[in-house]
Amino acid sequence: MKYKAARWLRMLPVGAACLLLSGCTREQFLVFNPAGPVGRIEMHLIILSMVLIGIVVVPVMLILWYIVHRFRDRPNNRAPYRPEWSENRTLEIIWWGIPIIIIGILAVNTVHDTFRLTRPPEPTGKPLTIHVTSLDWKWLFEYPDQKIATVNYCYIPTGRPIQFVLTADAPMNSFWVPQLGGQEYTMPGMAMRLWLEADKPGTYFGSGANFTGRGYAHMKFDVIATSDPEFSQWAAKVRQTAPALTRSGYTQLVKQSVVGRMSFSSFPPGLFQETIMREGGMYMKHDISVLDNKA
Amino acid sequence: MPDDTLNVSHFLVTGDPLIYGADVSIVVVSIAIVAVLTYYRKWGWLWREWLTTVDHKKIGIMYMIAALLMLFRGGVDALLMRMQLAFPNTRFLEAEHYNQIFTTHGTIMILFMAMPFIFAMMNIAVPLMIGARDVAFPYLNAISFWMFFFGAMLFNLSFVIGGSPDAGWTSYPPLAESDFNLGPGENYYLLALQISGIGSIATGINFFVTILKMRAPGMTLMRMPLFCWAILATSILIIFVFPVLTVALALLLIDRIAGAHFFTMLGGGNPMMYINMFWIWGHPEVYIVILPAFGIFSEVVATFSGKRIFGYASMVASLMAIAVISYFTWVHHFFTMGAGPGVNSFFALSTMIIAIPTGVKIFNWLATMYNGRVRVTVPMKWALGFIPNFAVGGATGVMLSVAPADYQYHNSYFLIAHFHQTLIGGVVFGMLAGMYYWWPKMFGFVLEERYANWGFWWFNIGFYVCFIPQYLLGFMGMTRRIYTYPTGMGWSTLNLISTIGAFMMGLGFLFIAAGIVYSIFYGERDTTGDPWNGRTLEWSVPSPAPHYNFARIPVVTSRDAWWTMKKERKQGVLPPGEDEIRPIHMPKNSGRPFILSLSFFVAGFGLVFHWYILTVIGFSAVAACLLLRSFDYDTDYYIPVDEIKKTEASYGRS
Repeated sequence: MKYKAARWLRMLPVGAACLLLSGCTREQFLVFNPAGPVGRIEMHLIILSMVLIGIVVVPVMLILWYIVHRFRDRPNNRAPYRPEWSENRTLEIIWWGIPIIIIGILAVNTVHDTFRLTRPPEPTGKPLTIHVTSLDWKWLFEYPDQKIATVNYCYIPTGRPIQFVLTADAPMNSFWVPQLGGQEYTMPGMAMRLWLEADKPGTYFGSGANFTGRGYAHMKFDVIATSDPEFSQWAAKVRQTAPALTRSGYTQLVKQSVVGRMSFSSFPPGLFQETIMREGGMYMKHDISVLDNKA
Repeated sequence: MPDDTLNVSHFLVTGDPLIYGADVSIVVVSIAIVAVLTYYRKWGWLWREWLTTVDHKKIGIMYMIAALLMLFRGGVDALLMRMQLAFPNTRFLEAEHYNQIFTTHGTIMILFMAMPFIFAMMNIAVPLMIGARDVAFPYLNAISFWMFFFGAMLFNLSFVIGGSPDAGWTSYPPLAESDFNLGPGENYYLLALQISGIGSIATGINFFVTILKMRAPGMTLMRMPLFCWAILATSILIIFVFPVLTVALALLLIDRIAGAHFFTMLGGGNPMMYINMFWIWGHPEVYIVILPAFGIFSEVVATFSGKRIFGYASMVASLMAIAVISYFTWVHHFFTMGAGPGVNSFFALSTMIIAIPTGVKIFNWLATMYNGRVRVTVPMKWALGFIPNFAVGGATGVMLSVAPADYQYHNSYFLIAHFHQTLIGGVVFGMLAGMYYWWPKMFGFVLEERYANWGFWWFNIGFYVCFIPQYLLGFMGMTRRIYTYPTGMGWSTLNLISTIGAFMMGLGFLFIAAGIVYSIFYGERDTTGDPWNGRTLEWSVPSPAPHYNFARIPVVTSRDAWWTMKKERKQGVLPPGEDEIRPIHMPKNSGRPFILSLSFFVAGFGLVFHWYILTVIGFSAVAACLLLRSFDYDTDYYIPVDEIKKTEASYGRS
């Protein structure tokens, strides 16, 4: 009776797995569907780490299953029983050694890519800078070169490295566009740099990834990648048609609220730098270097 | 923070049926407890036997009961969250309520469930395993328990009085600062953790000294059971890292109630400092709770394989290596803070390196079973369930340690799945294994198997159904701490499956609880003191263990001391040490730890609401208790030989 129940229960994960596979498509696994070089580097590392840990995890499961079956305490079990056997240098060297080798391989790749990702992804394309401010509970994007601003969506040209400079005028959040690459915190009084790039046009899901209170769940945004000419057209259109973001308009925007998409033909010059300095950037030398590098 | 921002209108939480329900049930349960105690005239018994006890076994039992109750409350929180997330755009919970629930779920599970559960196990087992009559400082041990207890009470009180904290269990500023978080909930969090933290530090010191100074003659360090090694490592970690938490919480509290700027950028402070300090405690903290579980598995696997633990020296080495390296990994909780590639590389490597000794331990457990005779009892089931579970949890931990890959996992459901797999698959499985294993030693009867098996299978399978989908949700871009999500992302099916899994685990818990209740009435009595054919000294005394533990302090000649003694007795070689019984020196019970901790509770409650008079009263009472203790010379007594002989005879021993 007991075993029958157990066997029935063991079928459940199989059923769950079937349900699961029927429900989802590959495109929905955003991390495994990268649209740019940064996301691809990260995906390759993820796959490498999965393979490496599989080398340990899968044998552990098989060995566990084998040992429990072979050495189970049953009458007439002919397997050897050696209650004092507790040392074996060769075996111990093997299982100290294998993890060391695996971790070694992973470590080399990790360090290499950690340094790699602090540089622009494709040194050939002309970089574009976007200033990102996380607010309660919305995202403000300012284009210092195009002199326009948007809320909860942004356009980027494909094939060009994008330098996102991140800050917050609200509690700390995190800027994450999974298909383009990994996230980085947005912190008040800090200017943080994140390099991303899209190499094919599309609309990419982005979200805040660090909890900031009541409206946090609604801090989603879209990153829309288009060709360079289309990007310029879009910027020109926004400059001509959208209203301006004034200082009082910004004060309104900072107040706690959930809003839809917005576009602005201009923003008060130096708003981003002012925000950072006002929120504590005056104490942080690092900010000034990030801003000077490409202001 | 000026006082006028808080007033009586914040006091009782109103407007939510769940909270009214909680109000009613708290009142009903309290009345029921008072009525039962009065009707059966048990107040004196409660005071004499439990509230004033300094006996490590009773303190351990109280820790365990508290941990199970908190597991229930944290579990209900989890089920409420999973109900909210079962379908997209659900309106079951509003954002504010959801935020409170995930905050209390995390805080309770780590600090008021996992911590007391490990304290329960170490209190019950360590002195018995090393052949001691109690811990080094029994009075301090009682203080530890009551500080934890009243800390937990203060935290749980927030649900109905004032409102629960809602800034996440990590409570990062600036979100947790008074600029963004007016309510008293955050104060509750800070003070409850502070009060129970004092108890934790004291426990760390207590067991560190106990293990180093109180071992029976002949029990060298390298003859100690591995559980004691694990507790030694855990105690060292507690002593070093809990003070960091104390400081971080104290500074944040000063920010909140005195308007300081330690963690706000504006006054020259820095919120990143809090995050660093929190995780300098927080990362070793996860090893504080997992190392005892490793210790329990080492005991359980060896006992139920009828075999010595394989690679004892390398088990000890890996415990100690994990303990040391765990101090150097905290930044992996915020690789995404942009600390620079050098810093991130260092912490990525230190994190990966921890996987090596952990992996070695798993192989050693496998080798312990190899050439053994594996009895698949209930504690062993939890150990066998743990190995594949923790192998996957540890492996995903290695994946997370790869800094650039972590930029994609951070704060996503992949991370959620990972730490639940290590904390449930590791810590909860370990503590339940320990509970089933040592239950006969605590209460004198064995927990029955049928309910326990159902509990194991529902909980174990429910775990995978609940958390494997969450790994996938992480890859699909779902972030943690969102109270609702849109359709069209492909998240709906997986969330529904996950919710089903959570309820399977809930059912498993109910089976476990039902099994305990059933066994209280019908459980098989353990008359031998050694129901599992054990290997270590706790099985050499009768069940439940007499309050003085050992009539004669055993003399230890080898590792697995009791196993050796049994073998020698069978061969007719009497073990050394069967000499005269002498009067036993024992500590006296005291009500002061209870009153001291109650005073802390009063002081803390006053601080939560800025009622400083209450705070002054509370702290005055604390000072009075401390003063009285230092002039108290009547703290111990001797059990006469006759009484010991009578007690031993009642167990059928001489």
